[in-house]
Amino acid sequence: MSWGAKRWLLLAVACAIGVSLLSHHFNRYYLGIAIDVGINIILAVSLNLINGHTGQFSLGHAGFMAVGGYTSAKLTLELSRLLPEAAWPALFLAALLVGGALAALAGLMVGVPSLRLRGDYLAIVTLGFGEIIRVLLQNLEAVGAASGLKGIPNWTNFGWTWALAALTVFAITCMVHSTYGRGFIAVHDDEVAASAMGINPVKYKVTAFVVGAFFAGIAGGLYAHHKQFLSPTGFDFMKSIDIVVMVILGGMGRTVGVILAAALLTVLPEALRGFSDYRMILYSLLIILLMLLRPQGLFSVGRRARLGSATN
Amino acid sequence: MDWLQQLINGLALGSIYALIALGYTMVYGVLRFINFAHSDVLMLGAFAAFFLEPAVSKLFSPQSYLGALVVVLLAAALCAAIGILIELLAYRPLRSRPRLTVLITAIGVSLFIEFTCQHPAVFGAATRPFPRLLPERHFQFGGATVMSDDLVVPLLTSGLLAVLWLVVQHTRIGTAMRAVAFNPQAAALMGVNINRVISFTFGLGSALAAVAGILYALKAPGIEPLMGIQPGLRAFIAAVVGGIGNLPGAVLGGLVIGLLETFAGGIPGLSNYRDGIAFLILILILLFRPAGLLGRAQVEKV
Amino acid sequence: MSAAPATASTGLLRMEQCTIRFGGLTAVSELDLHIGEDQLVGLIGPNGAGKTTAFNLITGVYRPTAGRIHFRNEPLSGLTPQEIAARGVARTFQNIRLFSSLTVFDNVRVAVQLRQTGGLLRALWRGRAFERQERAIETEVMEILDIFRLSRFRHTLARNLPYGDQRRLEIVRALATRPRLLLLDEPAAGMNPTEKVELMKLIEFVKEKYRISVLLVEHDMQVVMGICSRITVLDHGVKIAEGAPEEVRAHPKVIEAYLGDNKGGRK
Repeated sequence: MSWGAKRWLLLAVACAIGVSLLSHHFNRYYLGIAIDVGINIILAVSLNLINGHTGQFSLGHAGFMAVGGYTSAKLTLELSRLLPEAAWPALFLAALLVGGALAALAGLMVGVPSLRLRGDYLAIVTLGFGEIIRVLLQNLEAVGAASGLKGIPNWTNFGWTWALAALTVFAITCMVHSTYGRGFIAVHDDEVAASAMGINPVKYKVTAFVVGAFFAGIAGGLYAHHKQFLSPTGFDFMKSIDIVVMVILGGMGRTVGVILAAALLTVLPEALRGFSDYRMILYSLLIILLMLLRPQGLFSVGRRARLGSATN
Repeated sequence: MDWLQQLINGLALGSIYALIALGYTMVYGVLRFINFAHSDVLMLGAFAAFFLEPAVSKLFSPQSYLGALVVVLLAAALCAAIGILIELLAYRPLRSRPRLTVLITAIGVSLFIEFTCQHPAVFGAATRPFPRLLPERHFQFGGATVMSDDLVVPLLTSGLLAVLWLVVQHTRIGTAMRAVAFNPQAAALMGVNINRVISFTFGLGSALAAVAGILYALKAPGIEPLMGIQPGLRAFIAAVVGGIGNLPGAVLGGLVIGLLETFAGGIPGLSNYRDGIAFLILILILLFRPAGLLGRAQVEKV
Repeated sequence: MSAAPATASTGLLRMEQCTIRFGGLTAVSELDLHIGEDQLVGLIGPNGAGKTTAFNLITGVYRPTAGRIHFRNEPLSGLTPQEIAARGVARTFQNIRLFSSLTVFDNVRVAVQLRQTGGLLRALWRGRAFERQERAIETEVMEILDIFRLSRFRHTLARNLPYGDQRRLEIVRALATRPRLLLLDEPAAGMNPTEKVELMKLIEFVKEKYRISVLLVEHDMQVVMGICSRITVLDHGVKIAEGAPEEVRAHPKVIEAYLGDNKGGRK
């Protein structure tokens, strides 16, 4: 699978860049939505690693996104003035990576205390971390505090977004399907048995958080340079829930399903703009009905995912 | 920074958190999941009182103790019914499913209530001022100004807690509740009607939340559909801090969180981070004493 | 066969005066247990005697309140279960604990990776070394599945296997970690007589082929007496007898523990 897998990745990246070069032919509005879809795919697939594969119920993913977004935006805002235009793509990539790295650090800080916690407790603690990050950002003058960070350069385009989305999907899929990666699912299925087989559950859980947070940070950076404005309230509990719903809708653990769900849940609100009054009511109803009727997600076929089973 | 004033405020706030926390902890005790929608019941209680007040004020005189009592009782009864209904429709079908499924459903219910109430046809998103249910009186007490509201809150809360304690310890249904919390299967085998106990738990918790919502609204700038989120979150943290599933723990946790938050709000550098204080306490407790202040750790059988 | 316990000098596993208390309950009290190389030892006793607790002490799930445990002359106390597994102690569980959403193949694969290196970064980079390693793992897994006649199930999810095959898979998974000592917790539970005979043959085969020692907890006397060379009997956390099957079977304390003095019924 060595060159085979990488071949797909290179193809995807080439397509992304290709479309990007031709982007002036496309409608700006649809292009914007396509970028949103790409960003949400990164968010959903990265959360899927934590929630779906490793079974750690994280409700604070927006916090990691915020860390990545603010970090990269601050870097580009400060350094773009000092560097020639030719260096800007490199600066962008560097800023995204630094944002991701800092988000990964946040993931480490969240992951370690969460080790002993189960289910609901873990959910609340991760929610708490998300809120703490938000409160900290709201008080950080260097990034605009409550009024937010403005004037971020508009460097995100289709090519960047979808190339990075392809990379995220590739990286996480390769990781999980390797022998090493089976450990994530083993830890999810039965932590006691996993440790009896020599697997260190602590390492896997923390790794899931760190890797998931890294990619969420990248998504945050892309988001920042797309919307050109960041505000702490945009990364609150609701945003985390948005991503969680994508993962659930796609069937926790099913990468393809999660990608489709991310696309669907990005496009649908746009398509339903006319019903904006009822949009959120329908959205919450969707969550309830999903759990009552089809907890294994819309897109999981054949495989009865764990949320649907009657056992613990 | 008048510490006596802070103390009084903190106790009042803590009592409100305690009332809400009791609902969380009781439901967690019998069903082992966090009822996210609990915070919205307190909002509904406040709104119920808002709409009931004009009518009641006509029957009894405005700002009378009797009138206030009637409003509170009616609002509590209404919310108890709503709580029971939510359990029946959204949680009961999922009784045998993994806890995570129910948790997400609870989030969905909470969002549903919030967004529906925000719709212009229902309550609308704007903040409305809450009517004065009771006459306002001031007392001077050692340099602090005590409002009558600040006295009513702890007194009422203590009274409710006493009633709750009697119910839980000395009535059949209360004993049944404790049995179900301890071991649902055994309780069922002993002839306990699980469904009735769970409905009762939801009803009781929701009634307490309604009262808490009204008390909270008395001191808040106004009521709006999202008003329950922050107090709900703090109260849940209080329940965990005290030891989830433990009733005295919920009260202790509520008071601790209420006092710490109020005092933090008084310290100049810290007041901006007030929101994050409760979460910080949560994380510290879960790190160092995961069973909570009064809880018992549970050992997993291998 | 002599009734003398294995000499401690080359003991594979040495439990010395191990005690564990849970609150007010003493689950295991001053237990001495020695297992040498190439031995098949049984651990029996009425329900609640502390047999699974003893397993949990050896595998690091619990820490003894008192006493010491040595494996191949190195102390086990304080090590995490995964470290103990890396030293060569593998186990199965009383209630089957397979990785239910993984395939049969992956269940074994996960155990094989115990001895692999590289991990995360290799998996991401997917260089030639990684591919070679994955090939080798795949070969190893297929081999062991073949030996135990599970290869036709290799793409089946573990939770969809028939019960008997699940038990077998759990043993195979434990073997994949290449242990020196295998702990089996009531592997015959829920099996019919034919399956039990198969199981007995399987355990003896495993011991001979892989040259490992086996500590077997089992309620079925036929299985235990049939294959164990030595049996230790626990009751209420205390060792009450030890020796060859014939001796243990006739031991008065053992009879008393299982049948009760004059009152209790047969277990």
